Amino acid sequence: MREIEVAKVTQGVKQAAIDANYEASADLLAALARGAAAEESESGREIFRQLLENAGIAREERVPMCQDCGLAVVFVELGQDVHLVGGSFEAAIQEGIRQGYGEGYLRKSLCHPLTRANTGDNTPAVIHTEIVPGDRLKLTVVPKGGGSENMSRVHMLKPAEGWAGIKEKVVGTVREAGPNPCPPIIVGVGIGGSFEQAAYLSKKSLLRELGLPNPDPELARLEEELLLAVNDLGIGPQGLGGRITALAVHLLMQQCHIASLPVAVNIQCHASRHREVIL
Amino acid sequence: MPKTVKLTPPLTNEDVRNLEIGDKVLVSGVIYTARDAAHKRLLDLLEAGKPLPMELQGQILYYVGPSPARPGRVIGAAGPTTSYRMDSFAPTLLRLGLKAMIGKGKRSPEVIAAMKEYQAVYLGATGGAGALISRCIKDARVIAFPELGPEAIHRLEVEDLPAIVINDCEGRDLFEIGVARYRRSPAPK
Repeated sequence: MREIEVAKVTQGVKQAAIDANYEASADLLAALARGAAAEESESGREIFRQLLENAGIAREERVPMCQDCGLAVVFVELGQDVHLVGGSFEAAIQEGIRQGYGEGYLRKSLCHPLTRANTGDNTPAVIHTEIVPGDRLKLTVVPKGGGSENMSRVHMLKPAEGWAGIKEKVVGTVREAGPNPCPPIIVGVGIGGSFEQAAYLSKKSLLRELGLPNPDPELARLEEELLLAVNDLGIGPQGLGGRITALAVHLLMQQCHIASLPVAVNIQCHASRHREVIL
Repeated sequence: MPKTVKLTPPLTNEDVRNLEIGDKVLVSGVIYTARDAAHKRLLDLLEAGKPLPMELQGQILYYVGPSPARPGRVIGAAGPTTSYRMDSFAPTLLRLGLKAMIGKGKRSPEVIAAMKEYQAVYLGATGGAGALISRCIKDARVIAFPELGPEAIHRLEVEDLPAIVINDCEGRDLFEIGVARYRRSPAPK
């Protein structure tokens, strides 16, 4: 049994929230550079150029790359041989978000659903915890923007609709979103599980490094098919028309009920932000 | 052929009629920010017959909720938010003389029709380029609803803030035309 002080969790989450918002990751920058090279439309290339310049300014001037610093989603992989000491684990994560969004001059975007009163510190974060073998703790902070989240959908298909139905729902969700979620986007797709599990898978799929193929060759092939279909829509960067509507499609799949075929599509804007902390 | 136009409010009907979809604009001068919550407050004031915190005639609204300014900076990141959430409010403000809106994403047929009726345009700024756009903002101050935090109405002084004409006052839509040029799959029904 390895002990980890929850104060280290707070410190790690705080720094991850700040860094995620200021520093575009290397995989995202590489994907934007590939997009810029592949885009045929002049306005699309101009958008890619602006996004790369924007990332440079954010990093140099320590200003968020996007003013929507997101709802903080925190993915936790907790080793089963870890003993967390010194206080509440969840409270430590929330405190890290509170400090990071305060000290990092990040926008506080969380509010009461009905009164719309802002909580003032960007808490509460949404926390997903998986217990895994080992004695390490991995925290991934994902600031998720509202504009792209609003364009995300869960569909409960009939099993008979099969792959063709899934494909139409993925493409249809992107088509309906059009320019709204800040294309070029990354499309996270979760297939199977239950209603909420499909949505969870779709978001979790976005954590994979851009440019890396799916480790499952069959899923990798399906991702390529979906990416071609999505980019055939012609929406392009910012919806002005172009070849690159999506930088990637990421897919996670698991078994589901014999009566069901859940499909979730989580749209991620080009400001795909995530930072890992390993304790 | 798209042109580049410098715009400084207050705008006249002639300024607006000169703009066509695809034109690049560089906005300078004073503009005002407003998001969902601020729009609701503005409409509530109008309904109560009370004055608005700013003049609308000829003005430009920027749909943005900036991030806080670090000491020594004018403003934090300040890119556009998605405009459709303001669609239910926009026709009323257009009727009162609003001449342009800056945001990202598509507008409803009702807003496009109102732009045609009242002679106004919708300008798209680059979503997610908040750090880049912040360089065009020379001064920022909250003039109404400070309790709304990032959703408060700010008066911004901007210099050459870049945007593109998405909807002109003839009812045309750059998104439809641009996407049709690159679409390889059947058009949506």
